[in-house]
Amino acid sequence: MVAKERGAKIIHVDPRFTRTSALANTYVPIRAGTDIAFLGGIVRYILENELDFREYVLAYTNAASIVSEDFRDTEDLDGLFSGYDPETGVYDPTTWQYEGQEAAVQDRDPVMERETAMPLQHESHGPGVSGRVRRDETLQHPRCVYQILKRHYDRYTPEMVERICGIPPEKFADVARAWTENSGRERTTALAYAVGWTQHATGAQNIRTGAIIQLLLGNVGRPGGGIMAFRGHASIQGSTDIPTLFNLLPGYLPMPNAKLHETYDDWVTSICHPEQKGFWYHAPAYCASLMKAYWGDAATPENDFCYEYMPRINGDHGIYKQVLDMIDGKIKGYLLFGQNPAVGSINGRAQRLGMANLDWLVVRDLFMIESATFWQNSQEVETGEIVPEECRTEVFFLPAASHVEKEGTFTQTQRLLQWREKALDPPNDARSDLWFIYHLGRIIKEKLAGSTLRRDRPIRDVAWDYPLHGEYAEPSAEAVLREINGYSLETGQTLRTFGQYRDDGTTVGGCWIYCGVFADGVNQAARRRPGKEQTWVAPEWGWAWPGNRRVLYNRASADPEGRPWSERKAYLWWNEETGCWDGYDEPDFERTKPPTYRPGPEAEGTEALAGDDPFIMQGDGKGWLYAPSGLIDGPMPTHYEPPESPVRNQLYGQQANPARKVYDRPENTTHPSPPEPNVEVYPYVFTVARLTEHHTAGGMSRFVEHLAELQPEMFFEVSPELAAERGLTHLGWGHVITARGCVEGKVLVTDRLTPLRIADRIVHQVWMPYHWGPSGWSTGDSTNDLFTMVLDPNVLIQEGKAGTCDVQAGRRPHGPDLLEYLREYRRRAGIEEFHHTPIITTDAAEASHRCGRTDDGGA
Amino acid sequence: MGVRTWLESWPVYRQLTGSDPLGRGKAAMSRRSAELQPRTETADSMARSVCPYCAVGCAQRVYVSDGRVTQIEGDPDSPINRGRLCPKGAASKNLVNSKFRQTTVRYRRPYSTEWEDLDLDTAMDMIADRVIAARAARWEDADSEGRPLNRTLGFSGLGGATLDNEENYLIKKLFTAMGAIQIENQARI
Repeated sequence: MVAKERGAKIIHVDPRFTRTSALANTYVPIRAGTDIAFLGGIVRYILENELDFREYVLAYTNAASIVSEDFRDTEDLDGLFSGYDPETGVYDPTTWQYEGQEAAVQDRDPVMERETAMPLQHESHGPGVSGRVRRDETLQHPRCVYQILKRHYDRYTPEMVERICGIPPEKFADVARAWTENSGRERTTALAYAVGWTQHATGAQNIRTGAIIQLLLGNVGRPGGGIMAFRGHASIQGSTDIPTLFNLLPGYLPMPNAKLHETYDDWVTSICHPEQKGFWYHAPAYCASLMKAYWGDAATPENDFCYEYMPRINGDHGIYKQVLDMIDGKIKGYLLFGQNPAVGSINGRAQRLGMANLDWLVVRDLFMIESATFWQNSQEVETGEIVPEECRTEVFFLPAASHVEKEGTFTQTQRLLQWREKALDPPNDARSDLWFIYHLGRIIKEKLAGSTLRRDRPIRDVAWDYPLHGEYAEPSAEAVLREINGYSLETGQTLRTFGQYRDDGTTVGGCWIYCGVFADGVNQAARRRPGKEQTWVAPEWGWAWPGNRRVLYNRASADPEGRPWSERKAYLWWNEETGCWDGYDEPDFERTKPPTYRPGPEAEGTEALAGDDPFIMQGDGKGWLYAPSGLIDGPMPTHYEPPESPVRNQLYGQQANPARKVYDRPENTTHPSPPEPNVEVYPYVFTVARLTEHHTAGGMSRFVEHLAELQPEMFFEVSPELAAERGLTHLGWGHVITARGCVEGKVLVTDRLTPLRIADRIVHQVWMPYHWGPSGWSTGDSTNDLFTMVLDPNVLIQEGKAGTCDVQAGRRPHGPDLLEYLREYRRRAGIEEFHHTPIITTDAAEASHRCGRTDDGGA
Repeated sequence: MGVRTWLESWPVYRQLTGSDPLGRGKAAMSRRSAELQPRTETADSMARSVCPYCAVGCAQRVYVSDGRVTQIEGDPDSPINRGRLCPKGAASKNLVNSKFRQTTVRYRRPYSTEWEDLDLDTAMDMIADRVIAARAARWEDADSEGRPLNRTLGFSGLGGATLDNEENYLIKKLFTAMGAIQIENQARI
């Protein structure tokens, strides 16, 4: 809003007219799950009218790079790219590579990559490609990225955008004009999204489409530009940087894979990709320093830093697989740290049935959340599916310290770490999660101290000495942060940059990208120089990774010669006299590398980056309009319908993302979608979102009087037209039905929701908040119960924002009648037994599979 | 009490003669209200914190008196929120002090219909035993081709994204040392 006061135009695109829409200059309605069609239309508008920032695009992106002649586009293959294997449901990416580099991916295992969400490693850096790429600087070569992109989006016309998204052409023209006119040398446009955007079967590609636009318009690495993720949790960025994720280690190092990384050398080599440009080349130092942080004195160069201790993944061990394994009795115990999957996770019934089939469950929270009480007050207790006297799960509720009762860092959405001071001790038995995990580890170490079993050696050797303080023996969070930062074993000094990490075992470092947060032995995240007393970039408030850089890839804010693109947008520039990059921010570039630097033919790693290669974490130093590597479901974003949709894909025979991850299980039935019959049983589109006054699964808001009072009950919004069609009355009861569940709430009839004309019919959308459950000051049904588990193949995040449903007036059936009600719906839809929508809905799969294969002559 | 003092104790007089003709500030004050101080000024201590809800990272000032949080406000020094908080951040004192807050350990036995109390140390010891047993129950040394796995599939963990970096770091470290690969976070969700 401050930006608006200063003259910025705000465009708000959302399925529902919200309070943000009311304050924006333009509101654009859209059908949930059709973002790529909309943004693809913008890409087409830019390319058709040659409105790209050509100097930026030529110098800093891969627009000129030439792609393999074996590549085939979705335009050629009815919605598939070349290389699709109908048996495994994933692509062989060989034909997507740059020309001459096809061999680089021959040893890849795309099935394993999807199962282990391998593309998630690329959050801090691009995937491996060689820096030596053939280019056509005139952008005329038919196989250069620019021309491929142009052909790919050629049919994403304003008329097509309207047919798919329901956006009127004049609204679309408004957005396209505003975005392009406000970009270039003198101006920049920021793209902000809330992370519901990632919660789609095409989540990663949604954001890729935004990135293509921002790169074409020169809006990356420049002030006022960028793609800003509005993450929804205090340290969700931190939770991937220093992950508690099955497939990652701190700093986006991959979790060792049994098949791919049998030895330490296999693991390290797979990360650093010899021949590649950029900082990832130093991975051996990051790996060795992490092993030293984990295994302490036991880790030596001679024993490969105890690499043999590392557990190995070899498939999908993600949260949804875990839930199904709980239902099957394979997982015995479950620890929840401030998370409420009984309400927050999709297909809530499966979540709760899984928890009801454990040996034991530990819940750490401020409040008695539904994940602790599923055996007492869940919908399944009501229906008789969970009987407390027959439920064997032993439940430990351990009270947690609140954010003011412990110290530590959050990493907010722009990679900024801020240290929180402790205000007071937690009450009674409440403790920090740091306390819990430290003491759990200590007790387990003590219990296994005498063990001679080989498998217990890692526990005995793990470096677990942290200073304790206070009455409760709280471990020192600063000591942990110091270990995360890294220090030299020779001098004991903390390290200043990850360039000081060593591969010979002389440095300890828990997360290389966080190196610098404890530079000079000082907790830099605790810096609080008032914003008013420093520049607008505010570099002395907290600390941002990497290296306190506030805008990533900011070398791109200067032209290839190192001069600001314009006075107005000056941010970083080359100072010839001092031989340094100067500016308002830390350079996201080697400080003394001049714009004129050109690498020799033998150069590797950072030396291979030219003085005008701003994208220093990419293998070729360029921003990627086309991703030759690193994504499971295609090198360019393509519009697919959500896995559940009432309409046929208007662009291709292929209906939904052909590489999506599905779980074919009776608990996880999916509705029919075109071209299947019986779509009319669940005829409406529904989406869920948050209210400002509540937080996610409600664990931190339904139990807070003021917030519960501000939004006191579950409701859902429908348009007056849909209300008329289903006989719903404003403020009366209604309920929403899917094959998985049924939720009731008060009906809010409002023109904040617009019926959309999609293809040749009207599509209604239902909007629901998802904060409620049976506990707290304010109670209600849990909307995420309605979804089915279908995942984005790149990162294994669920489709949790677009589904199909029916809506009826009145309250839902309660008790066992509810099960019969849901069954009757499934019977009518022809999916009474298990059903899953077919993955492939085009005849082109075989042709795609043959592309680039030499065994049958190629395509 | 002199006449002047008596007159000045009369709000209408102050309103008509002083700098507050609308009578909405100084003129309307009684002695009591003039002497009132905001509880932020009388607090025993103030800690500089960060809002625990979304990821914007609004800075907070947390005021404590007599061992209790008495006020949480936006920190005006922050270049991010410049003193402001949204409804959730503004309610975070209520989050910390909520009547619903469960501050003692609770335990539900298998097949039980009710909660029981349990001592924290006992609970920690019981949990450690169960982790060790579940770890052993589904331990895997190697895959079918003899490649090392060094892992257990016996238990899993799921964390919210309000965990501190330091907490996530130790959770991942301990899980890895135990060979427990099944650890996930809201960041996947």
